[in-house]
Amino acid sequence: MSVPLEHDYIGLSDASRSSVESSNISSDSETNNVLNLKATELSLGLPGFSKNFEENGCCTKFEPKNFMLGAKRGFSDVNLDVNGGFEKVQGLKGDLVDGVVKVGEEKKKDAVPSAKAQVVGWPPIRSFRKNTMATNVSKNGDAREGSSGSGGCLYVKVSMDGAPYLRKIDLKVYHNYAELSKALEKMFSCFTLGQCTSNGVRGREGLSESNLKDLLHGSECVLTYEDKDGDWMLVGDVPWEMFIDSCKRLRIMKGSEAIGLAPRSVDKGKNRN
Amino acid sequence: MTDSGSTDPTRIPSLPEVFLKRTFSLINSTSDRNSLSLVCKDWYNYERLTRRHVSIRNCYAVTPEIVAARFPAIRSVSLKGKPRFSDFNLVPEDWGADIQPWLSVFVTAYPLLEELRLKRMSVCDDSLEFLAMNFDAFKALSMLSCDGFSTIGLEAIATHCKNLTELDIQENGVADVGGDWLSFFPENLTSLEVLNFANLGNEVSFDVLESLVSRSKSLRVLKVNQKVSLDQLRKLLVLAPQLTELGTGTFSGDLVSSSVNELESAFSKCGNLQTLSGFWDPSLLYIPALYPVCGGLTFLNLSYSVLGADELEQILTHCKLLTRLWVLDTVGDKGLEAVGSHCPLLEELRVYPDDPLDQQSGVSESGLVAVSNGCPKLHYILYFCQRMTNAAIVAVAQNCPNFTHFRLCIMKPHEPDYLTNEPMDEAFGAIVKTCVNLQRLSVSGLLTDLAFEYIGKYAKNLETLSVAFAGNSDAGMEYVMRGCPKLKRLEIRDCPFGDSALLSGLSQCESMRSLWMSACNLTMNGCKKLAQEKAMLNVEVIKDEDGDDSLANKVYVYRTVAGPRKDAPPFVVTL
Repeated sequence: MSVPLEHDYIGLSDASRSSVESSNISSDSETNNVLNLKATELSLGLPGFSKNFEENGCCTKFEPKNFMLGAKRGFSDVNLDVNGGFEKVQGLKGDLVDGVVKVGEEKKKDAVPSAKAQVVGWPPIRSFRKNTMATNVSKNGDAREGSSGSGGCLYVKVSMDGAPYLRKIDLKVYHNYAELSKALEKMFSCFTLGQCTSNGVRGREGLSESNLKDLLHGSECVLTYEDKDGDWMLVGDVPWEMFIDSCKRLRIMKGSEAIGLAPRSVDKGKNRN
Repeated sequence: MTDSGSTDPTRIPSLPEVFLKRTFSLINSTSDRNSLSLVCKDWYNYERLTRRHVSIRNCYAVTPEIVAARFPAIRSVSLKGKPRFSDFNLVPEDWGADIQPWLSVFVTAYPLLEELRLKRMSVCDDSLEFLAMNFDAFKALSMLSCDGFSTIGLEAIATHCKNLTELDIQENGVADVGGDWLSFFPENLTSLEVLNFANLGNEVSFDVLESLVSRSKSLRVLKVNQKVSLDQLRKLLVLAPQLTELGTGTFSGDLVSSSVNELESAFSKCGNLQTLSGFWDPSLLYIPALYPVCGGLTFLNLSYSVLGADELEQILTHCKLLTRLWVLDTVGDKGLEAVGSHCPLLEELRVYPDDPLDQQSGVSESGLVAVSNGCPKLHYILYFCQRMTNAAIVAVAQNCPNFTHFRLCIMKPHEPDYLTNEPMDEAFGAIVKTCVNLQRLSVSGLLTDLAFEYIGKYAKNLETLSVAFAGNSDAGMEYVMRGCPKLKRLEIRDCPFGDSALLSGLSQCESMRSLWMSACNLTMNGCKKLAQEKAMLNVEVIKDEDGDDSLANKVYVYRTVAGPRKDAPPFVVTL
């Protein structure tokens, strides 16, 4: 049976990567040079994209075929990025890797050697599709990993418990929590469990955090977000700028589920400067 | 008509050559032509002299010289290169399938070449330039899953192909280096019928695009990329109401200079639209503008659109004639129920995963069952899901016994029936037993050798089989090798099949087009044995950088008249 391949979900081609450590930048860079130089040297996509990847120690294998539409990362990079910075990475990474590692061990099979790790090229989705979907998901990454967050969009997924689908919104479109809350309310109004009514913008700019907390706490919905570290926090605890800087995805929870979040968010708020 | 065989009742009377050639030249079907060529030497000759189109499904099965020698009058070539698993990054870079050697022969053999359709070939910009500059009659270029080229190559095509009717850049590994390649089309080019640049990343000059669309009166297929705004799309529609296929770009953003009504009005003038795609990030506000054309749609590709069930349903209520639908699994089972309710004529459904690693989202067995209940004509399914049950697939097979293509991907390897915890053997057993016309099958989930026993026993028309993380022993593969007489392409990964399984189907290997096995239990010795037994096969091992040298981790076997590859990179070893 094959030597267990380490996690590269999307598949960096085997021959060109001896060790598949996702943080092994130098070998990737060397390999890049061996590849179609034209394709790898020209930077596609939003400004600052590739540069910031490498700075952050992300896995940046620029296969020409993955280099399209400015999308240079597939799901593997997104999900196995050790240093975090993308949706679903931090919080789930441990689970993901462990879960997959356990796949082979737990399943009752007779003679099938267990797939010890997430394997290359599974599920069988074309690179183009993976990269395109990843682009749409991680557009936020470009702005965030960059210094100023200049231009670009900040797409994050928004899910609501009980709703049958997810949304994606561009956080850059909103300037404060009130706008965000209004937009979300509109989006998910058909699924509102309680009453997430907007009380309008009260208070000054920059202090609308408290408004959001009030209006949400008065209902059965609680808006939470997953931050860079993979922790789920209550929306509204930190200044808006800090929020959009660290928010990776949003989730509208039922109030009962969010009870445990408050103390942690307070601590986090204190620890942040 | 001369009847030279009048005294011998067994001899076919020979028809005049002119008559035969004339008749043969009207026959387009390749399988018919293959039959004709087998009748006698004369017919073989007439057939080969009149053939205009050749499809080479494995570029290493034959050499360009052999093709040119046999068929001197070719005007249209389809070429497929890399093994299909290269789409999933299982084949290293620089494996091969370079188009240039073919072009170099075609330049002398087929100077009047008109059409080139490529799939999984390596195409560099220089080759595109070579093509553009050396084939004066060249009209149509289509590329899917190719790589190695950039928009610079497209500039050359645009510049030099004076008679271009078709430029179809599908999903490829193409580097968009900017530079507005579209502006390289000369002002006097009016022959375009197909323009697909949906999958290129950078903006093209809208003025140029507008002008091109405006003067291309025969344009029937237009697929724009994500940088084309809704406003711009509307303008293009006004210029080209004759379109039959439209790729909309993102279909998002604000309509600045017009309104939803104007957009709707533009669509309403497009009475011939049958195919819609694009919708990379659709604005739900503008979806209703599509309603005027939905009634005539036969193919709707929403596979890049994050839509919910209700949104999909809204659209589908207008699409009664739909025969092909591609969606993302964000529509959920509820969305698929809507498919079952509103699309009774549906023949093909593809459900792609939005986020394969999110086990909470996506579709399950109930969505598939709902579709099968509502769409009895369904014969093609590609379904990515997190879990499935045997019972559901049994029901689906009952509802839709006409499957020709059944591709089920349960995304977690070795996943059993999630209700009973049993292997998924019975599911695929039901499919192969019931669907006698099954040509293509992709299996997944926890499978024992029993599943393969079913396949070998019942899937007598099966041509393509894809297997991953399945089976218990060599017996599994042996059932298939021995039981499926029409098998042309077999691709296997991560299964416990070893040398004896490989060698069990020696006669099968020759009638198959290709066999791929990776991460199985093959050894170099086993592969060598196969190579020794069958001279007409190329047995290639793709070497790992590390790994045991006695094991054969990636093996690609294919029949060929070309002998071993002369362009094999160092990591491809032909045994």
